[in-house]
Amino acid sequence: MVQSDVMVDINDVYFSRGEREIFSGVDLTIRRGKITAIMGPSGSGKTTLLKLIGAQLTPDSGSIFVDKIDMHSLSHKALYKMRQKMGFLFQSGALFTNINVFENVAFPLREHTNLPEDMIRDLVLVQLEAVGLRGARDLMPAELSGGMAHRVSLARSLIMNPELMMYDEPFTGQDPITMARLLQLIKKLNAILGITSVIVSHDVVETAGIADYIYIIANGKIVGEGESEKIMNDNNPWVKQFVHGLADGVMPFHYPANEYKEDLGL
Amino acid sequence: MINRIQQLGAMGIQTFGRIGISGLFLLRVIFRWPRVIRTLPLLIDQIYVVGVLSLVIVVISSLFIGMVLGLQGYNILEKFGATPQLGQLVALSVTRELGPVLTALLFAGRAGSALTAEIGLMQTTEQISSMEMMAVDPLWRVIYPRFWAGFISLPILTVIFMIIAVYGSYLVGVDWLGIDPGQFWSNMQASVNFRIDILNGVIKSIVFGFVVTWIAVYQGFYTKPTAEGIGRATTKTVVYASLAVLGLDFMLTAFMLGGW
Repeated sequence: MVQSDVMVDINDVYFSRGEREIFSGVDLTIRRGKITAIMGPSGSGKTTLLKLIGAQLTPDSGSIFVDKIDMHSLSHKALYKMRQKMGFLFQSGALFTNINVFENVAFPLREHTNLPEDMIRDLVLVQLEAVGLRGARDLMPAELSGGMAHRVSLARSLIMNPELMMYDEPFTGQDPITMARLLQLIKKLNAILGITSVIVSHDVVETAGIADYIYIIANGKIVGEGESEKIMNDNNPWVKQFVHGLADGVMPFHYPANEYKEDLGL
Repeated sequence: MINRIQQLGAMGIQTFGRIGISGLFLLRVIFRWPRVIRTLPLLIDQIYVVGVLSLVIVVISSLFIGMVLGLQGYNILEKFGATPQLGQLVALSVTRELGPVLTALLFAGRAGSALTAEIGLMQTTEQISSMEMMAVDPLWRVIYPRFWAGFISLPILTVIFMIIAVYGSYLVGVDWLGIDPGQFWSNMQASVNFRIDILNGVIKSIVFGFVVTWIAVYQGFYTKPTAEGIGRATTKTVVYASLAVLGLDFMLTAFMLGGW
């Protein structure tokens, strides 16, 4: 059977948290084997979008298909089977604090496979080597810096060879050298293994450097999309302000509030 | 006025909703195929954390409670010239009531709160979410072993409490205040019935173990993911579990004395 070119298909998704509307009609397509970046200001719902794709959250309306399967109509068992094809790098790292780095990376293998111990060891060391932390295998998560924890988490997300990898702010807390290595790693994984990657990030220049396609989210909608070059030169006021980091423009800096004078009683 | 009634109604709906969610949560934890080979090591780990680590507080508390009971009992029985009945007095109070209830209260404070805080922190730091995204069901991996560990540990801790408390009263009554050891033990043996006293006490502890651990894991799993949320959940565990133990104790006692 010929695989579809589309890995993730999001159609007219609406999502709210309480009174606050996060998405009001988002349409988005993520191509198989490509690196797609989702960017936007803080609080625009980028992480929420990843969680909707992973079916950790349910949209108010609209549909989300991963590999042609509607993620939100699956049974518990089928959903967990689908998730075995996905990797998710959490913004916080989300390492298990009661086990060391090695065991954290080995965790998915121990849960989903019956591989012999020496094979698990080799696979874990390969992943840790890729993120530059083979020597840190015996450390506990509490002994790692934020950036290191992030890289361990990346190794853990990749160990099951996911078809779809979702990175939530992968460059947060990384020094420039590590960031360059991570960018290289994501690019290599995509080129060699054909992993479909979705990167949510604030780091415009770095992310645009490796992304095949970029979506800009603001105000609950997709305000711009296209290949890196198009996005960087886009004249849409929302896109322009975000990618060039302009202080003034259409994107509100302030959270919605009453008149300032009114609040101060003037 | 209408607002107040509305608020009251909303609170009622919310409360029943939460009871429903906790019931479904419990069913999802209990009714699943046991995966013995994978679960056993996790269960043993949790029995150590929940049960063995609670041993110190249970042993020390039961020793002092037994000693206090011995002292108080001796002083009262002395007025009637019935000090040799001390063994009977202590054994009956400990096996029927104090053992199951106090162990459950200590367990809720020591192990229940720790369970809630641990699971709550896992929720706050997205460890539970990451498990879900790795296609590992946290109800199976995190909640299931902790729930059964609590359920298994509490009755064992209760039996240990009963034994140590009786020895505590022996220390005070026999070794210190001079009651004849033969009379102490024989009176106890003559009056304590295995089924009515000891078995009923253990049954109570099984029920308490079930309820306390249920409350603890539920509160942890549904913690609001903030520092304040964890604090509240831990407090709720101790308060709800203690009230549930005391309320259930009354019901079970009434049921048991009612001729069961």
